[in-house]
Order: sequence, then C-alpha cells, then structure tokens
Amino acid sequence: MTENNELIRSSAAALAGKLAAREVTAVEVTQAHLDRIAAVDGKVNAFLHVNTDEALAVAAEVDAIRAAGGAAAEELHALAGVPIAVKDLIVTVGQPTTAGSKILEGWHSPYDATVVKRLRAAKMPILGKTNLDEFAMGSSTEHSAFGPTHNPWDLDRIPGGSGGGSAAAVAAFEAPLALGTDTGGSIRQPGAVTGTVGVKPTYGGVSRYGAIAMASSLDQIGPVSRTVLDSALLHQVIGGHDPHDSTSLPDPLEDLVAAASVGNVHGMKIGIIKELHGEGYQAGVENRFNESLELLKDAGAEIVEVSCPNFKYALGAYYLIMPSEASSNLAKFDGVRFGLRVLPEDGPMTIERVMGATRAAGFGDEVKRRIILGTYALSAGYYDAYYGSAQKVRTLIQRDFDAAFAKADVLISPTAPTTAFKLGEKLNDPLAMYLNDVATIPANMAGVPGLSLPGGLADEDGLPVGVQLLAPARQDARLYRVGAVLESLLEAQWGGPLLDRAPSLTNDAVASHGGSH
Amino acid sequence: MTDATLSFEEAMEKYDPVLGFEVHVELNTKTKMFSSAPNVFGDEPNTNVNEVDLGMPGVLPVVNRTAIESSIKIGLALNCKIAETCRFARKNYFYPDTPKNFQTSQYDEPIAYDGYLDIELSDGTVFRVEIERAHMEEDAGKLTHMGGAAGRIQGADYSLVDYNRSGVPLVEIVTKPIEGAGSRAPELAKAYVAAVREIVKNLGVSDAKMERGNVRCDANVSLRPHGRERFGIRSETKNVNSLRAVEHAVHYEIRRHAAVLESGEPVIQETRHWHEDTRSTTSGRPKSDADDYRYFPEPDLVPIVASREWVEELRATLPEPPAARRKRLQADWGYSDLEFRDVVNAGVMDEIEETIAAGATATVARKWWMGEIVGRAKNADVDPGQLGVAPATIVELNKMVEDGKINNKMASEVLDGVLAGEGTPAEIVEKRGLAVVSDDGPLLEAIDAVLAAQPGVADKIRAGKLQAIGAIVGGVMKATRGQADAGRVKELILERLGVEG
Repeated sequence: MTENNELIRSSAAALAGKLAAREVTAVEVTQAHLDRIAAVDGKVNAFLHVNTDEALAVAAEVDAIRAAGGAAAEELHALAGVPIAVKDLIVTVGQPTTAGSKILEGWHSPYDATVVKRLRAAKMPILGKTNLDEFAMGSSTEHSAFGPTHNPWDLDRIPGGSGGGSAAAVAAFEAPLALGTDTGGSIRQPGAVTGTVGVKPTYGGVSRYGAIAMASSLDQIGPVSRTVLDSALLHQVIGGHDPHDSTSLPDPLEDLVAAASVGNVHGMKIGIIKELHGEGYQAGVENRFNESLELLKDAGAEIVEVSCPNFKYALGAYYLIMPSEASSNLAKFDGVRFGLRVLPEDGPMTIERVMGATRAAGFGDEVKRRIILGTYALSAGYYDAYYGSAQKVRTLIQRDFDAAFAKADVLISPTAPTTAFKLGEKLNDPLAMYLNDVATIPANMAGVPGLSLPGGLADEDGLPVGVQLLAPARQDARLYRVGAVLESLLEAQWGGPLLDRAPSLTNDAVASHGGSH
Repeated sequence: MTDATLSFEEAMEKYDPVLGFEVHVELNTKTKMFSSAPNVFGDEPNTNVNEVDLGMPGVLPVVNRTAIESSIKIGLALNCKIAETCRFARKNYFYPDTPKNFQTSQYDEPIAYDGYLDIELSDGTVFRVEIERAHMEEDAGKLTHMGGAAGRIQGADYSLVDYNRSGVPLVEIVTKPIEGAGSRAPELAKAYVAAVREIVKNLGVSDAKMERGNVRCDANVSLRPHGRERFGIRSETKNVNSLRAVEHAVHYEIRRHAAVLESGEPVIQETRHWHEDTRSTTSGRPKSDADDYRYFPEPDLVPIVASREWVEELRATLPEPPAARRKRLQADWGYSDLEFRDVVNAGVMDEIEETIAAGATATVARKWWMGEIVGRAKNADVDPGQLGVAPATIVELNKMVEDGKINNKMASEVLDGVLAGEGTPAEIVEKRGLAVVSDDGPLLEAIDAVLAAQPGVADKIRAGKLQAIGAIVGGVMKATRGQADAGRVKELILERLGVEG
C-alpha cells in the first residue's frame, strides 16, 4: 500500500524516470492506478468506463520491450508505460464513447481520435474514459447523463466542468495525466477548483480530429496533470500538425518541456488584466492571486496592468457563437445511423418524428437549451444581429489581446471567480453557471493559449484557487516557462504540492469502497 | 392528375419566358470532396465510405485540392472571375441522405462568379447566357424508398440509403435570369446544357455522362406578359437528366404556366418532377425563398485562398475553348458549314470525333452518325450518344462494307441487330446469313438471265451507252435479293459484254 501510494502520487515525469531506470514496471504503475480507481471512484465518479484489460496489456508490452532491450527499448517514448485517462468526448476504439449523453450510450467509435493514436504510438496505457457535462456543456459536470463527478477536496462540491472527470481523476490520484477539451474553460476551470494543472493550447495546436465537436471554432484538446512539467510532456505527445484537421497549425511544435525547465522569469513582463479581477471575484481568490503576483515580482518579473475593455462582451458573444455551432454539430445525433433510437409512442412513424423522439429522449436540458439558442441565433433575419455581431465582438477581443500582448509577454488572472461551489447550487440558474467561465472564455474567443495552475487555498473555505496565464497564439512555451516558475515558488512556500493538503479519500468512514485489490 | 396546358404557339403569343438553370457537375476526382474515400459510381452500397462520409461523431472535413483546381478550371472556362479567398458554409436541414444533417456547400462566397457563355443556336445565332456563379458543394447519399407509390418518401414502407455518393464533389453552375429567348427558349435550354457538358468534358474534370447523373440540370421557368419587366413566379423542374429532356421540360413548363396564368390563377412557386414517359412534370414540394437553412461559415475549414499565380497556372492548362475546337474540327474533317452545323445540332460532334479516333474517315463517320444513328435516336427518343453505338462498331461495319462482305443496306440491318443486343456485327452477319454473294458463279448465272431477258439494253451497253447498265445491275440485285456486291456485278456485266469500263 505504501509503495502503491508512492506510485499514484508520483508525477508523470517521476514515473517516466522510474520506468526508464527499471525501478518499477509499467504493469505495477498501471495496476496501482487501477487499484486506486477501484478504491475511490465509487465516491468521486470520475470514470465512466475503466479500461483495465487493454491498459494492462499495453503496460505489459512496454515492460516486455524494455526487458528485451536493444533498439526497440531505446526508441520507447519517455512516457511509455505512464498511464492516462481520456475525457469521454474523445473517441477511442475498443471502449465506449458517450460524450456524457444518453444519446450515445453504448456507442463504440470505429476509429481513434488523432490524439488517441498519438497516445497509443507513445504506448501510454489508457486507464479509461472520464466523466463530463453532456457534450461538454457545463461548468460543474452535473449535466452528465451518468451522474455528477465529486470534487476530491470536498465530495459535496462540484469538480468544475465540463472536464470535471479528468480533473478529479488527476486530483484524486486515479491517474497522473488526463486529456481534456476546452471550449470556454472546460480544462482550466476544473483545474482551478480541483487544485490541478490544465492547459488549453493555441487553437490549432492539437488536432481536434476525434473530439466530438461542441463549437468547432472554440474547441481545443489539452493536457490535465498535477504539475506544469507533466502538462508540457503530455502536450508534446498530442500536439503538432494533423492532416485530418484543416484548422491544425502547420508549425512544428516548440520544445515545451525545455520551456518548463528554464527556471526563471527575469525581465518578463506579466500583465494583469484589469477587467478580470476585483468585483465579482471571491476575496480568497483575489488574495491568492495577489500573492502569486508578488512572488513573480520578487522573482524578477515586471508586473504591468493592461486593459481589455471588450472582454465584458465576451461571455455574451460566446453564448451566441458556441450554441450556434453546437446546434449544427449536434444535428447528426438523430437515431438514424448510430446511438440511441427512440420511436414515437403514437402517431405516424415518419423519419422526422423518429428523429424528434430520439433527440427529445436522448438529450438533456442543457443540451436542448443550447441547441434551441443556437438554432434561433442562426435563423434568417436574426443571423446578423446575433451570430454576425458576436463574430465582430470576437474580432474586438482579438484586438484587445493584440494590444495587451504589445505591453506584456504573458497575461495573468484568476482562472475562475470562485472556488468550487456545492453540487446543485447553480443547477437551476444557468446564467450563474455560465459566469464561472467569464475569465476563461476570452482565450477561446481569440484562439490564444491558456494555463491554469493551483494558486493556493482560499481563506474562507480552504478550497483550491486557480491562477490563469495567457500567452499570444503559438507562444504556448511562455505559459510553461512562467507556470513552472510560479509553481515552484508556490510549492516552496507551501512546503510541497498543494494536493498534499487534499483529504485522503480512503482513510475516512466510507472505507468499504477502499482498499487495494 | 394532368395539368392543363396551352399550345406552345399560343403561350408564346401571350407570354415572354424567363429561364434560369442550375447545372450540377459531378467531378471525377479520385477521392471525395472532404474525405479520402474513393469517388466511384455504382459499387456495392455503402462500401466507398469512411467515418467522415458517414458523419460519425468527432470527424472533420478536409478539402480535396484537386476538386478546387477543377472548380477553378470550370470557372475560367465559363469566363468567370475567381475569388481570391472564399469559404464553405453549412446548409442545415434534417434529412437522412445527409449524414451530418447539414450539407457543406459554398453559399455567399462562391469560388467563381460573374461569367458568361456564348451559345450558338441551330441557325447560327449566338445567344449570351450570363453566369451568376459556380460554387463547390458535396453530393448527398442516395435514398431508395421501398413500397408506397412512385418511389417517393411519402407513403413508403421503409427507405434504403447508400452513402457512396455522399461527399462526391459537385460544382453547381447557376445562371442569371435568361431573358429574351422567346420561342427559342426550349432550344436554348438544350444548347446551354449541352455547352456546359461539353466544357466539363473537355476540361477532363467530369465524366460528363448525363445518364449517370454526372451532369444534372434543374430548369427554372417563369412567364410574364409581353412588355412587363417584373418576372413571373417560377417553377424549378429538378433533375432533368438528358439534353432532349431539358428541351422538352422547358417546352412543357412554358405551356403549363401559360394555362395557369390564362385561368387567372397564380403560378405556385414549387419544385416539379420531370417524367420522361409522359413528357410532363408533376408537383414536388413547395419552395419558398423563406426556406431557412441557417447558413453559417463552416468552422471546421479554413478559407480557400486561390493565389493569382495558381489561377494563371491553371488557366494555362485549359484546353482550347469549344468555339475554337469546333473551328479546328470542321477544318480537319473537311465538312461544309452546313454539314458541320447539322452535326453540332444533332449533338454528335463528340461521337464523330471518337469514331474518327477509332479509325474511321471523317466522311464515313458522318455518314453513319448523321445517316443512320441520329434518325434511330430520334425514333427512340434518346440523345444519339445514349443509343449505345460504340465507335468501334461503326469502324467494323464500315470495314465489312469496304471489304465487300456486306453492302450498305445490310450494314444498316446489322446495326439494328447490334442495337437489339444480338451480338457483334460479325456475329449478326453470320446469324442472319447476310453475306454478300461474292462467288462469281451464281452472279454470272443471274447476269446471263437478266441480259437474256433484256437484249435491247445489252445492245445499248455494247454500243457504249454505259449508263444503261443500271437496269441490268438492278435486275441482278433483285434476283439475288440484294445480297450481291453491286460493284462486282457491274464489273462482271462489262466483262460479259466485252466492254471496257
């Protein structure tokens, strides 16, 4: 158990080192995480599917290659044998993909997403598929058709969303790494409220092929981890051009791991975004954010203030563009070719009525809300006023970023205005729910990269606070450089990783779920 | 239910037709518009598909570069401007032939726009048709409705869908409203579609077979009283898939519209289905300009940038324009203006070119197509090229005639056999026992008999009046029931009578 604890609490980088040094086997590492999932996931509900056999088979293959030595062993990827969890919005051969929706329950993809192909090429065992708000629509994972995920810091609270499953899995030591998707903050906001690291790469930096689309012009796959370096390692596995995604950037990937290892921020200009803190932000969030600024300043960075006046329109414009694209992207879920098919209870059996009955039964309320909103926004006579105006706002936000990045190398803000709220607290108030993403949405609207890392615990509730870094498009390396420095300064202050302070999930009263198997 | 119609002449007397065409051209690229699945017609259903064509969750489109090149070539051949950048859009509608429930199509940013095509009518008049745009889109799958009436979705028991055609690249060529055609409207319609077909065929960007749906025409017709500027309400006759049908459909719709207007009723804006058997149209679905497809720019694709260098490179690869080609062919073939115009109007210029390429002389090719095949096509009510005569068949038939194995009359009979599917010309000659009597023995016997029966004629020939020989040849042909080689008969007669030919 002690050894298992050590394995599950190790970073991916540390595990890679132990595997390369043959101190542990990939099967031991993978089994330790599967044991942890068996022990705690009954409480956390981070996983919708656990991929035990395949994960162990891949791990055994890595061990066999390493044991045989020679060129094949030399050529193993650094992360070979390091297990990973995949958000259930990303399609995988051999495992179900549900997108958190009843409409896809039991569906198996006939093809792998490009990022999954890259995980397989690196021989990273896939532990399973993680929970999410249905079709990634939500900020709390409560909109999953398969029950909410619970925040490992406080099981009565939300783990953020939509990627609450991936963030909670990593925070609960069920996986060292996970993949997320971020359309308006679905990687970064769960990272903030679970005390983990999450990165939304530059739009086009990671292939979207095989990520079930919510809003094509905003979606981006990215890494979820406990350390900045681990995110850089994973980002390098999944990033780079993909001919299957026309919006994928042709540029070669930068050395992000090297950027995470620079170790200083001397002379860097870090811009505080005037509009993304202060009013509307919880005091404890604001306090931790200010402490991070002080640390960066002490480390030699120059702190400047920038103004992005059009960010105040970002949330409104986002809630026109995202539902518009989603209304079209989700049209294919109609019961004709795959997934759920529901027949109308009475009346004529026409194709339109079968499609209608299927969609009525298969989609949850939040999905329906967004489809209706998007359908309306794209309608003839309303298009210019809604979708057209929202696209103009998008241009204004991009200009705000351009101006800000003329003054600063990296921008900084709290990731989310509050710490994790209680399950159910905002479920019936969509607008309050949407406000969680106020600080993360501008990056998606402009296509720039963003990283969230733990900034400490809020004074009033002892829950994690996230600090967000933003960089110009294609400058993801800057996020890793600044993020790694801030992380080490904070951990020095805390005397270890923030997650060391998270409650143990196995030593409490619900021990019947626990134990190793 | 049949609609009332006026006679064409009466319709023309009272109304002025305005036309418009949307011609869909299927490109013959190796792969589909947005996926790497093969673009192949007629295979086992749902085999030429991958996850992209099936619209599986998570898939993304990638534009086929060759399809863009083909579209630019079509645009250039139609004298269009080529957009420096343009985008695809999504046309959203729920229908099971479209797996994503939206069609990826260009909308307000076509790759080619503002062109024209000069159409030569049968009497040599040139009529300019303005091209509004040529845009790229993907084809839908093919639905087959089982049970119920007339193969329509309404009332069907179930429907089968084949996604092989889903994602096949299309270029849609849209004309501006065509005014001023008057009573030439049906002829212009046919000539326009023929010209578009000829262009895409010469460019090599489409197989251009109308019977396979490679080129499909939607014909818009409206009428207005003479002298009025505002257009009448139009109907759109969908999927008119032969040149003759285009002509007939426009002819019919003009007559139908005229009858509706005469009755004082408004024409309904709707799509119409063309019926080849009755040469008439029936009502399809109402089409209003308010159909809301919720178009928006396709966010999964980046804009297409057609640099001027690229466009000029493509322009340099264009084959000679149809008018220049016609001039060249006429000179090569040595046809008179009248002969050549007849060939063009009969729609057999390509066929004659292919027949010459297969080994026939220009004279022989024209003789066969114009003398034998065009008439048969007219009787069968199909375009001559669709009758099923291969150039090689003509070459073979002609060789048999030249070799004296059969005569022209028999050759025509053999052609009927070929069209009836009885086999190759050689097989039919054999089966039908059509060989020319080439053994001189029976011929001499017949000649002697005819000469003996007409001694006066024989004397005239002996006296050098060679034109009199026709009567003897005729008699011999009659006696041999046409199975003799007339040339040989003539030789033998002269030989018999000791006259130098």
